[in-house]
Amino acid sequence: MIGLMILLVYVAVFVASFFLVRFLVRRTTTDFTARKTVTFGDESAVVSDRFASAISVITIFLIWGSFTGSAWIPKFLHAPAPFVGDTSFTYTLEAPDGTRDDATVYVRVTGYGQELINPEVDPGDGFAKNDGVAVGASRTATILFDANDAVTRKDGAKVVAIDGAAIEEGTSLSTSTGRFALTDKGAISFTPPRGLQMEPIWLPAPEAVASRLVEIAKDGYRGSSLWQHLGYSLLRVVAGFLFGAILGIPLGYAMGLSNWFRGWFEPIVEFMRPVPPLALIPLVIIWFGIGETGKIILLFLASLWIMAIAARAGVSGVNITKVHAAYSLGASKLQILRHVIVPNSLPEIFTGARVAMGVCWGTVVAAELVAASEGAGMMIMVASKFQLTDIVLMGIILIGLIGFGIDILMRRAERWLVPWKGRS
Amino acid sequence: MSGLSIENISMRFDLPNGKSVQALKNVSLHLNEGELLSVLGPSGCGKTTLLNIVAGFLAPTEGRVVMNGHAVTGPDAERGMVFQQGALFEWMNVRENVSFGPRMRGQRERTWGSHVDHLLDVTGLRDFKDKAIFELSGGMQQRVALARCLANDPDVILMDEPLGALDALTREKMQGLVLKLWKETGKTIILITHSVEEALLLGERLLVMAPRPGRIHKEYRLPFAEMGVGGDLRRVKKADGYASTREEILAMIWDMEEEIMGRVEQVQ
Repeated sequence: MIGLMILLVYVAVFVASFFLVRFLVRRTTTDFTARKTVTFGDESAVVSDRFASAISVITIFLIWGSFTGSAWIPKFLHAPAPFVGDTSFTYTLEAPDGTRDDATVYVRVTGYGQELINPEVDPGDGFAKNDGVAVGASRTATILFDANDAVTRKDGAKVVAIDGAAIEEGTSLSTSTGRFALTDKGAISFTPPRGLQMEPIWLPAPEAVASRLVEIAKDGYRGSSLWQHLGYSLLRVVAGFLFGAILGIPLGYAMGLSNWFRGWFEPIVEFMRPVPPLALIPLVIIWFGIGETGKIILLFLASLWIMAIAARAGVSGVNITKVHAAYSLGASKLQILRHVIVPNSLPEIFTGARVAMGVCWGTVVAAELVAASEGAGMMIMVASKFQLTDIVLMGIILIGLIGFGIDILMRRAERWLVPWKGRS
Repeated sequence: MSGLSIENISMRFDLPNGKSVQALKNVSLHLNEGELLSVLGPSGCGKTTLLNIVAGFLAPTEGRVVMNGHAVTGPDAERGMVFQQGALFEWMNVRENVSFGPRMRGQRERTWGSHVDHLLDVTGLRDFKDKAIFELSGGMQQRVALARCLANDPDVILMDEPLGALDALTREKMQGLVLKLWKETGKTIILITHSVEEALLLGERLLVMAPRPGRIHKEYRLPFAEMGVGGDLRRVKKADGYASTREEILAMIWDMEEEIMGRVEQVQ
């Protein structure tokens, strides 16, 4: 229900901001693309709209803040909050002899994570006495209203109305005070208005995640500092990837240059390539334990096949006329490898490296989820066991940011080292 | 014996279906040092196969190529090649491309520097020597390919439709450049082309090949290349005999093409 509402809000913001930006923002670019009349179907004319990206990110944060009641965003943007404070309702008790009496239940609804203290109430007169109960926000309280009543359910008394509206066993009743029902034993089950916000245990507010980040950055988590956790994960990725590249690239070249090598390794590579590295985690743990060796070997295996296939594709991508030209210019085989095949395969190898780094980063987090004494994945795994959703979210955001950062660095390196990519 | 001899070459490819194609049959030819031969023929007549055999990229099923007294067994720096396109090294700039041959043979820049710079001057690439290959136009790229080949100082230059991808004006300028370099360097050149005009303008000798099986159909000795050296190529086209030779060759190739179109592929 809430999910559907969030989706609707999201779609509404998407559509509204599209029209707003379209009619309010005047584009002043006069580059060549701006003069193109055919843009639908011309991929080169499609560029990422900066406004859309900015609004997209802001929208995510606003929705997140709105549905968690974040202090960071203005109150009027909040989704309806769950009721917190004092409220009351009256119930009508019918004694077995048919006489009725009203009594009031004073309910103190306390905010998330606060102590429940029953309010003091004056019992009042009649055979039904007033009650005071405490309940947490969004929670349901089962009210044993007759604990202090003169006539109890044991005696045959039962609740027949709440706030004047008739109710009986198995039916429920919603008023502005909240939602009421009678349990099969006749007790009143009361839920104060839940609102539309998420409980922190499902989704903490952005500021909770931020303060967790500050706290863990300062004090560390489970005996290691935040930087150690992230550093361990990164170090494993870099080490595993480097080993994979050091062995995989020459293997790919050999497979691209020699019948024997191709024949020998093709079955192995083609078999191992579709095996997801995650499926190797149990075996790696059995063989190498949960220490560094096992993780680095896992990442090595994850990147090895990707790099080998990229290097092989790089060799087969060499235009044969380039090789012919180099031979007829007097180059030796080794020189052709060094000056023609290797540089010509760099674009493919970079594409492979980007894929491999992505896969390694995903694999290391998964491996740490299974077993590790430090690392980004271990952090969120342990936190989830204690239902520390804020740490889980913080970890996911950091993992995403680092993965994004790795990809940007690889793209930078690619543009710097392979400037001719896609231009020949 | 100096020069280049093509001795009774035949080339047969086996097809996967068990049949085979006779790409070349009994082709013989002798080129003296400094001769410029252009090769013309309809598509599928084996021109490129012949050139690849001379370059050493393919071994003929029969016959051999003899160069400066020894048989050709593979590619070698004595036989330079200029390709149609795509043979430049994008990861090197213009000067690095041109000096590739000397550098691969371990020569110091002291040795090749002035020669390479001279070639860059001659081909009009001096101001572009530090540019990346993808920054050059098609015509300039072919000039780089030409200079790269000459920088290696080969005895024979093999050209496989080097100007095929260029526009008409650039092509004419490049034809003039090829003639100029031919005269200046005195290299033996074999030039494969689709253009009858180009073959007439550049070929001191002109070979018309016929297809299925690929063979020499007719050979001409022409005066137009000599006329064109240092002169105006458009004036050469008005010279005596140019138009009639062109018509004769065009008719010849036209007949061959018609014969192919109307005939089922002859597979042995």
